Amino acid sequence: MAKAKSFEESMDELEKIVSELESGESSLDDSLKLFEQGMKLSKNCQGMLDRAAQKVTVLLEDSEGKPIEEKFVENEE
Amino acid sequence: MSQEILTVTVSQLNHYVKRVMDNNSYLKNIWIQGEISNCKQHYSGHIYLSLKDDSSVLRAVMFRSAASSLRFQPENGMKVLARGRISVYERDGQYQLYIEELQPDGIGALHIAYEQLKAKLSEEGLFDQQYKKPLPEYPAVVGVVTALTGAAVRDIIHVLGRRYPKAAIRIYPVLVQGDQAAGQIADAIAFFNRHCLADVLIVGRGGGSMEDLWAFNEEIVARAIFASDIPIISAVGHETDFTIADFVSDRRAPTPSAAAEIAVPSAAEILERLTLLQGALISCVRQSLEKKERSFERLASSSALLHFSESFKDFQMRLIEAEKNLTQALENVLQQKREKAAILTEKLDALSPLKVLARGYAVATGADHVPIVSAKQVSPGDAVNLRLQDGTLDCFVKGVHQ
Repeated sequence: MAKAKSFEESMDELEKIVSELESGESSLDDSLKLFEQGMKLSKNCQGMLDRAAQKVTVLLEDSEGKPIEEKFVENEE
Repeated sequence: MSQEILTVTVSQLNHYVKRVMDNNSYLKNIWIQGEISNCKQHYSGHIYLSLKDDSSVLRAVMFRSAASSLRFQPENGMKVLARGRISVYERDGQYQLYIEELQPDGIGALHIAYEQLKAKLSEEGLFDQQYKKPLPEYPAVVGVVTALTGAAVRDIIHVLGRRYPKAAIRIYPVLVQGDQAAGQIADAIAFFNRHCLADVLIVGRGGGSMEDLWAFNEEIVARAIFASDIPIISAVGHETDFTIADFVSDRRAPTPSAAAEIAVPSAAEILERLTLLQGALISCVRQSLEKKERSFERLASSSALLHFSESFKDFQMRLIEAEKNLTQALENVLQQKREKAAILTEKLDALSPLKVLARGYAVATGADHVPIVSAKQVSPGDAVNLRLQDGTLDCFVKGVHQ
């Protein structure tokens, strides 16, 4: 699930950057670089969440057993 | 005479019979259906009772260790299912059932099947904690195996949409009760795995009777869940119902809604976390800037530097002082030398023969320039030379007086 990984990776990387900064061991130059990187990542993650619209599909198997996806239509009974 | 008859003691016989029974594998773990009578709870915690049916009675005991996990109180007349081993109480020569597990008998066969499958799969290790897979933190796709109609699927979609709309939902519709249900559920789980169609799976249905939920107690479903590489959250029935699927899945949720809560993070919480992380980024950089500034200031006004200049000043003072002292000492020595020299010069001066001559003395020398120090050295008529302060006198000796 490539998309999820990029979100998960972004979150992980962001957490790593913050803890690296919090350790206070990086030089001022590195700190500023990490800061920029971290802000970019967090903005990206925010964007991914904000843009999300729920997608619901129903899975079916075709004659060869391959998956087919159809839009889910709620079926009140 | 009398013929030897081979006899055994009662104890030996009881012991032998006990051994025979204990070695019978069928009697080691057996489910028995019956009605409780003569039930007595001993103060020690052990329960003594009999199980009976229309024509027979079986003595039974449930020791405290087993009795403590009872979820109900056994009573006379109660129909129960008891599991345990058959053995002999040697003292009384009485065989009895040692009960390990006791349940009210409501559904009979189904319950036994459930218990037997549970025991079997448990023994195989299908419920072991070591096989539980962690759920993904941020699943992109949540797979759902349930009926397309009914509250369960609506609840799941609703909760997922509210919490984390970023996750796509893929529903594989199955029958959740009836003869075909178990097979369909197992196939659906395998299908998701075969085509890598989800990051996490919710398998379940809404509540119902034990018969309604039965598909989730079938071995084929349990095995499919166990074989799944995709982590599975079971969500069968309401709160109190535990199915075999619940035991074997990676996580058990009490309801379908709860399963959806477990399956995804809350977007609101992530956004909150992101805000926190951004704050941390900003304050970290601000702090490291401030730290640099402070360390610069500290360096500039460093006490080490201050101390150094102070000790330097001190040193300088001492140096000046020493220089002064040295000059002084040198001066003193010179002065002493000078004074000594003056005294010596004076002394020398005083000793100088010229000085003596200046005081009116004269030095007499003979013709051979030998100083005349005795009257005996000369005779009248001798020529002597007198040396005065500023010249010499050539003289003749007129007379010698001794």
